[in-house]
Amino acid sequence: MVARISDKAAIVGIGSTEFSKDSGRSELALAAEAVKKALDDAGLKPSDVDGMVTFTIDQNEEVDVARAVGCGDLKLYSRIPYGGGAATGTLLQAAMAVATGVAETVVCYRALNGRSGQRYSSGVSGNLITGSAIHYSWYMPFGLLTPASWVAMFTQRYMHLTGCSRDALFEIAHSTREYAVNNPAAFFHQRPFTREEYDTAKKICEPLRLYDCCQESDGGCAVVVTTPERARDLKQPGVMIRGVAQCAARDQEEMTSFYREEIARIPEMDLAADEAYAQCGLAAKDIDAAVIYDAFTPIVLWQLESWGFCNYGEAADFVKDGNLRPGGRLPTNTHGGQLSEAYIHGVNGIVEAVRLVRGTSVNQPKKPVRHALVTSGVGVPTGGAILGGMV
Amino acid sequence: MTADENRDLEAEVRAYVGREVSAPKRGKDDVNLAMIRHWTEVTGDENPVYHDPEFAAKSSKGGIIAPPTMLQIWSMEGYSMCQEPELDVQRELHKVFDAHGYVGVLGTNTVTEFYRDLRPGDQVTAHTVIDNISERKTTGRGVGYFIETVTKFTDQSGADIGRQVFRVLKFKPNAETAEAKTSTAGAAAEKPALPTRIQAPRGHDNAWWWEAIDQGKLMIQRCKGCGSLRHPPRPMCGKCNSTAWDAIESSLDGEVYSFTELHYPKFPGYPYPLLCAVVQLREGTRLIANLAGCAPEQVFIGMKVKGKVERVDDKTMLPNFYPA
Ligand SMILES: [Zn+2]
Repeated sequence: MVARISDKAAIVGIGSTEFSKDSGRSELALAAEAVKKALDDAGLKPSDVDGMVTFTIDQNEEVDVARAVGCGDLKLYSRIPYGGGAATGTLLQAAMAVATGVAETVVCYRALNGRSGQRYSSGVSGNLITGSAIHYSWYMPFGLLTPASWVAMFTQRYMHLTGCSRDALFEIAHSTREYAVNNPAAFFHQRPFTREEYDTAKKICEPLRLYDCCQESDGGCAVVVTTPERARDLKQPGVMIRGVAQCAARDQEEMTSFYREEIARIPEMDLAADEAYAQCGLAAKDIDAAVIYDAFTPIVLWQLESWGFCNYGEAADFVKDGNLRPGGRLPTNTHGGQLSEAYIHGVNGIVEAVRLVRGTSVNQPKKPVRHALVTSGVGVPTGGAILGGMV
Repeated sequence: MTADENRDLEAEVRAYVGREVSAPKRGKDDVNLAMIRHWTEVTGDENPVYHDPEFAAKSSKGGIIAPPTMLQIWSMEGYSMCQEPELDVQRELHKVFDAHGYVGVLGTNTVTEFYRDLRPGDQVTAHTVIDNISERKTTGRGVGYFIETVTKFTDQSGADIGRQVFRVLKFKPNAETAEAKTSTAGAAAEKPALPTRIQAPRGHDNAWWWEAIDQGKLMIQRCKGCGSLRHPPRPMCGKCNSTAWDAIESSLDGEVYSFTELHYPKFPGYPYPLLCAVVQLREGTRLIANLAGCAPEQVFIGMKVKGKVERVDDKTMLPNFYPA
């Protein structure tokens, strides 16, 4: 059975704070600013909001954000687990609420001091941020403590099986950096880099070096979701949620699914893609641009395969052919991605996907973008959403 | 010590309150890039506003600044402090306490205020006064007095740039503390313990496995319902739903299924670079473990390995896998 969720909800507002390495203020201040900006963008008042969705790892309680911004009564508050895997899951919650009438106007937000506060690169070395201490007991004594180390383990095997080389990883890092160079909001604004800099950067976990890893950022992002009917009366052209799915696949662990039949694959994303496409009757050929979760360069390859832009093992060639570039088949991470803009756990990606459909990206492709894909974190239970113009 | 003696001491030390510790101390070096670099390297602070002129110029700071926490650094005495420190008023005060048996000293806390960013070329001068001496207090370390100094920092134009309150406890060490100190005063006791690896938290479902490791054995959980093996251990069999299980001891024969060489970040207690692998055991289950006895460039997927459960530091037993 396919979920009847397609075109039941629209994104009508987007908002972001500045992205930095040291915001100098609380995460609540970031969340409140992002939410207020998203409401302003939509032309809505805080009192119009009756639902709020965020990540389980977000430190800002829904009611605290609501009070800070001056929202009224909430009928929906909900949280999605699994780190960056939650990004588009927030849209699924919002769309379900709007489609069923549980709430009419839902704000999805994520705000963090990811560099000046709890650093994400430190993984589970300090206080466990997930509470799943027993789970990580199988990795901590061996030094496998960080997201980079877990992803490196999958990457090494993927490269072994498919023959993918660092050329493809460089192309992902480089294409997103080139986009960021044009984006004033990006950490790497006007800071291009060369292959030599990429190859000589600090080793993190073989085969990953520094520029294969995303930023650690302070910042907040929010989007406003409401009914298509209401969307028609608002300031911005609505961006329809055509398909949205999340999935935790068989034998999944949080970041450490080392025990499956084959670990150089992400079946949870394959399933989310199948589901999202089925909801709206679209296929890979209908997607004109994408925001693909890029906490690390190699995970972009696997998602290109999951979403059917190429077959298993062919993503390296797909990428090296320039397909993620401005004139390519699938302009991808046009904001600079999390590698080069900021790491707001994929919600800055949702914001960019909305811009791509609106036609307002700082790197807007020349061709019309009828549908944009945006995905959530990889290695964890994950998902993705297909956004399109109002129908 | 009698009440009279206490009164004498207190009268003597209270005369120090309000006195300047010394003439204002101008930093030996002006704020400079080299010392900023040393500081950020040691603290691991990679904020480019401290070292990247281009980035700093474009930032809200408009140019390179010194880390605010270096405020006190600029006017420190430097190496001479641990050679023959000058007998300033503060040290004189400490000697008064020493003479009355309050020989212990313990820095307890500081509070610092920063008024503006410091930039290369700024000159820092410190003005320190003895600001307060507490009543006689009983603490865990012994009976003593808290001494508070306040340092005002000024720049080349005489403007205030920051303020720091520094609090120390001058105390008479408890008898047992002093005794413990004497009995362990040998050279070995001076050595701080080496950091160890992060220990696996042990709970209902995994403690037995780690206890076996402590005994030198690598175990694999086995379902009593259907006989299937599983790792990591779980309380129920996903195939037959049985909650009954026992365990078999692994042969420790296996092969490398995937691997990585860990370089950064470096955590205390771990040797880097560190080889870590998904090991496929002959029994069919996999586990994460470190590789040993081989160079990184020798490792390949499919490499045959043989495990050995061994002590890797003072607290930790782990399975290590060696080329077979
Ligand atoms: Zn069973």
